[in-house]
Amino acid sequence: MSWAAKDLGDWVETAKRDPRARWLGVALIAVALAVLPFVAGAVGGRGWVRIIDFALLYVMLALGLNIVVGFAGLLDLGYIAFYAVGAYTYALLASPHFGIHLPVWLVLPMGAGVAGVFGVLLGAPTLKLRGDYLAIVTLGFGEIIRIFLNNLNAPVNITNGPQGVNRIDPISFSNFSLARPVEVLGIDVPSVHLYYYLFLALALLVIFVSLRLENSRIGRAWVAIREDEVAARAMGINTRNIKLLAFAMGASFGGIAGGLFAGFQGFVSPESFILMESVVVLCMVVLGGMGHIPGVILGAVLLAAMPEVFRNTIVPVQQQLFGKIVFDPEVVRMLLFGLALVLVMLFRPAGIWPSTTRKRELAS
Amino acid sequence: MLEVRGLEVHYGGIAAVKGIDLQVSKGELVCLIGANGAGKTTTLKAIAALVPRSRGDIRLGGDSTAGLASFELVRRGLALVPEGRGVFGRLTVRENLEMGAYHRSDGEVGQDLEKVFALMPRLHERRNQTGGTLSGGEQQMLAIGRSLMSRPKLLLLDEPSMGLAPLMVQKVFETIQAIARGGVTILLVEQNAKLALELAGRAYVMESGCITLAGDAGALLTDQRVREAYLGE
Repeated sequence: MSWAAKDLGDWVETAKRDPRARWLGVALIAVALAVLPFVAGAVGGRGWVRIIDFALLYVMLALGLNIVVGFAGLLDLGYIAFYAVGAYTYALLASPHFGIHLPVWLVLPMGAGVAGVFGVLLGAPTLKLRGDYLAIVTLGFGEIIRIFLNNLNAPVNITNGPQGVNRIDPISFSNFSLARPVEVLGIDVPSVHLYYYLFLALALLVIFVSLRLENSRIGRAWVAIREDEVAARAMGINTRNIKLLAFAMGASFGGIAGGLFAGFQGFVSPESFILMESVVVLCMVVLGGMGHIPGVILGAVLLAAMPEVFRNTIVPVQQQLFGKIVFDPEVVRMLLFGLALVLVMLFRPAGIWPSTTRKRELAS
Repeated sequence: MLEVRGLEVHYGGIAAVKGIDLQVSKGELVCLIGANGAGKTTTLKAIAALVPRSRGDIRLGGDSTAGLASFELVRRGLALVPEGRGVFGRLTVRENLEMGAYHRSDGEVGQDLEKVFALMPRLHERRNQTGGTLSGGEQQMLAIGRSLMSRPKLLLLDEPSMGLAPLMVQKVFETIQAIARGGVTILLVEQNAKLALELAGRAYVMESGCITLAGDAGALLTDQRVREAYLGE
């Protein structure tokens, strides 16, 4: 695996230098992404396309967390709370729960905005904390949000408690609903495919914003804070605002993903936002390569797809080997997941596809 | 350039700086010497607004700095080379230097980079190496070079000789002298009293939060009390 990733990295480096190769690469990737749901649908059915849809949501989440953890170096163990805030913003403002049905173009940005505000709310009291201490506070914050969502059904029913909010409006633009299949040029495009294209577009937007941020003044300020906060202040960086901005930006990415999740699922409940989800997103960032955007995307796709691949292979493999199911797939899945984490951390401590800076750090 | 009046700094209930007066005129190289725990670093940090002051007035170029955050002071021409250098270990030498020009938006950053490289050729040799791989002396040079990138009017240096080999200390001090000759006003905090007094024009001696002696550096170098307390005689 390590050699494959290195070769891939080298290949990308070579391709970057030749403009023709670059355009060819971009065109190939674009075509591949465009036909991906049809190929996946033909091979494995709609279920696979659904998995890809979720992988795209995780890409957005991982890139959001990457801003906080990877760029600014602030360890956040409660990141899923922002996903929850985005999802509930959408759920409460576009469902029969309150009888409010705001349009998507309004609810999604609102979800991002509300999540951003919550990001600042988390960031402001933790400005002086770092490392372990910050991790504990963020962990608590994540749980507080979940517990609030669980209990805000009395005395006034806001979140509908553990039952969650259902019959959420599907994502639609004026009369065009992504929940209904359409026919384009004689090809049936099912709903999961439509969601795929929307998620892909937004994931690309998030990637674009991440890339621009990385090479901006703000991005450099984040790196400086990550490396040495006192020195960063001595450089003339307003560390307070820049850290709050990291929390807000990261949170708003999570908020967008959350809104999409709510519209896609049609149902949200607090149990989708447990601590394990925060841990999984953090694993995506760390395994992929902290602070390195392509690595984080790779980490998100791998970790989002891997459990599903396991789920679909563990049972048949056992039947082949033993003639019956010996282990519960769910148990083996977590075991293999843990094993994969340990192996990657042992053999590629900077992540599967690390940035040059991280590589340098581990080399020195 | 810098005027400090009645500065007091407390850490919790403990007074680290107990009402000191200090001034540095334009173009001067002034040093602040004293033993461990005398409050030298705290004084510098208070001037750079890295720790809050409890009382006193600090004027930079005639304007009060009350209420200004450290990053705003950088824009007003103040640069601090922190104790222990504070080099960005994972960034290259070049990136470190560029970070020093963070607040600038003029087009002359590249020019200043060349100037720093001319002043410190060693950094030019190592421009693509990460800060963390440099030797202690080179890191100190890098920290000083980085502070120059902000085009400071007043440079605060906190113990540039700390943890360096004598030969390297000599080099660092030569560089400081060159910077001073280039017209940058410098306030230097040092434990190495002899070197600092030889380099500086004027000096302050600090002892447990108070300034006990002040005057011409050459005169202090021959002062009996200073010789006994700091020069080991």
